[in-house]
Amino acid sequence: MKGIAYFPGCSLKDTAKDFETSARAVMEALGLPLVELERWNCCGTVYSLAADDLMHQLASMRDLIRTQEMGEPEVVAACAMCYNTLKRVSLRVNADVEARDKMNAFMNKETDYEGSIEVRHLLEILRDRIGWERVSERVTQPLDGLAVAPYYGCTLVRPREAGIDDPDAPTVMRDLIEALGATAVPFPFATECCGSYQVVDRRDLVIERSDRVVRSARRAHAQVIVTSCPLCQHNLEQAQQELGGETIPVLYFTQLVAAAFGVEAGELPAAITARPAAAGETGRGN
Amino acid sequence: MEDNKSVQLFIMGKAYQVPAGLTIMDAMEYAGYRFVRGAGCRSGFCGACATVYRKAGEYRLEFALACQEMVEDGMYLTQLPFTPAPRSEYALETLDPRENVLLQYYPEVARCVSCNTCTKSCPQDIEVMDYIQAALRGDVAKTAELSFDCIQCGLCTMRCPADIKHYHVAQLARRLYGRYQSPVPEHLTDRLEEIAAGTFDGEIEEMMAMSLDDLKRRYAKRTIEEGSE
Amino acid sequence: MVRKRLERMENLREKVEELSGQNVYACYQCGMCSSGCPLAEEMDLLPNQVIRALQFDDWTVMEANAMWVCASCLACEVRCPKGIDLAALMEGMRQLYLRKTLDHVSIDGMSREEIAALPQIALVASLRKKTG
Repeated sequence: MKGIAYFPGCSLKDTAKDFETSARAVMEALGLPLVELERWNCCGTVYSLAADDLMHQLASMRDLIRTQEMGEPEVVAACAMCYNTLKRVSLRVNADVEARDKMNAFMNKETDYEGSIEVRHLLEILRDRIGWERVSERVTQPLDGLAVAPYYGCTLVRPREAGIDDPDAPTVMRDLIEALGATAVPFPFATECCGSYQVVDRRDLVIERSDRVVRSARRAHAQVIVTSCPLCQHNLEQAQQELGGETIPVLYFTQLVAAAFGVEAGELPAAITARPAAAGETGRGN
Repeated sequence: MEDNKSVQLFIMGKAYQVPAGLTIMDAMEYAGYRFVRGAGCRSGFCGACATVYRKAGEYRLEFALACQEMVEDGMYLTQLPFTPAPRSEYALETLDPRENVLLQYYPEVARCVSCNTCTKSCPQDIEVMDYIQAALRGDVAKTAELSFDCIQCGLCTMRCPADIKHYHVAQLARRLYGRYQSPVPEHLTDRLEEIAAGTFDGEIEEMMAMSLDDLKRRYAKRTIEEGSE
Repeated sequence: MVRKRLERMENLREKVEELSGQNVYACYQCGMCSSGCPLAEEMDLLPNQVIRALQFDDWTVMEANAMWVCASCLACEVRCPKGIDLAALMEGMRQLYLRKTLDHVSIDGMSREEIAALPQIALVASLRKKTG
């Protein structure tokens, strides 16, 4: 099969369509198209931390079975929360035969999961499989002078065994941004939690936390923030809508890549679309 | 005890000897039960006769429609004539199908853990978990398509650990689909216009004035298929 | 209707350790978890105070808001020099309530507009962490 098995997750079909559109376009352009699992279910969004809880691992394990049925050794996710949940379940059930046997027995209508599927995040694939050089080569509209704040949030880098990079000083997004010709602005809140699911019943907590992240990006003079998580995107945007101040658009990282590749990127902010095309101009102050 | 003519059933824990070859519903009536609830069309369509049972020597809980399922020796059963699941109030014409209306009216759908208990409980072989997952994603068309055979027996809803009311979610999806998304049957619209324009008035008047015998003759001679005469 | 409640337990630490797979006695109160926690200032008990309370089977931790304010971001877990998963301990405490169906968030009380304004990823996650 030409391509890589792909788990979209609910958000990418619904509230984060631009994420999927741009991800597909980018991977197509790089010669490793995303091949969606034929049948999949919500991964669960969060990993259950209770030691005896197998029930809440089922959803993700089912998606691993789908990948196995497809005959593929690995599955890639773009949504960081999906990646994190699928990854941690895979680490658990790949290693814990007893848990796996129990879950297979419970899911008696399914093929047995054999415990060998690897879960990847799209950034991992870009970094380790494609390589930054190839990414740079594919760029047709370098994003010179665009100041981008790479926001990792929690789920890309924690816990260590599931993270795709160092939890305190990750560099994968910076490397991607630079491969596109843009400038990655370091900002100290890059791995701080936006507040996540607290937005449901403690919106006040989220607005405050997300605002801190945005203010940190502002101090670093970022023109856009890129993220890999639909919930982070929502929270960071909500904080700006509610508290005002200079707006920094929050994009999915694949939209940035798509813009640089000149392929379908979904809705892009003026900071990118209204940039002066001439090389050498800083593009700041848009 | 089974001989080739009768089987032993346990209805709500009490043992009965009933003739083999009966449906559960017929067997219950044979045993002297009179249905005032939990029976309806007796044809597998209305969903009234939801039944749960265990077979002798097996630990698994099984699900069936009493009017369709044949009795087996050692069946240990009861009926679930009603599942408490009030419907959400909505006015179909005010709903915007572009939003995730299903989640708005049934937010507990977000609690689905993909355990598949619903699918396993369905006597109609519907992929219930799959349609709930489609609903979570806001895919009204898929939810409507997958749930088409649902007869609202309630077994899935009774068993769900996340307390989801599957058949109500599905019904809302089918209503939304029917109203906003399914293609308009143009041949129907055309026909309705013809009728309103009086195209068939003459024929109808003619037939209304015919005698019963003439009508019967006319009916017997009707063309069923083109070229079949 | 039998009103469900969570009875005070003598063996709180044991129960939470069982549910979380963690050893609370590994903690030597360095405070790294509290200093890294993005939600610490909203908590009645700081993360390191939570684990201290568990070490002493102190029931007040079950009445504090810490476990409900926790966003499972794992900043604590990643920084703990003893490798303790404090987020798992928080989950263990939440499960004591949630397994009695003592939910901390209710969709029944939410309006259609509120639900419509949320991305479903938030709803799924919140219900997984705060309902049983």
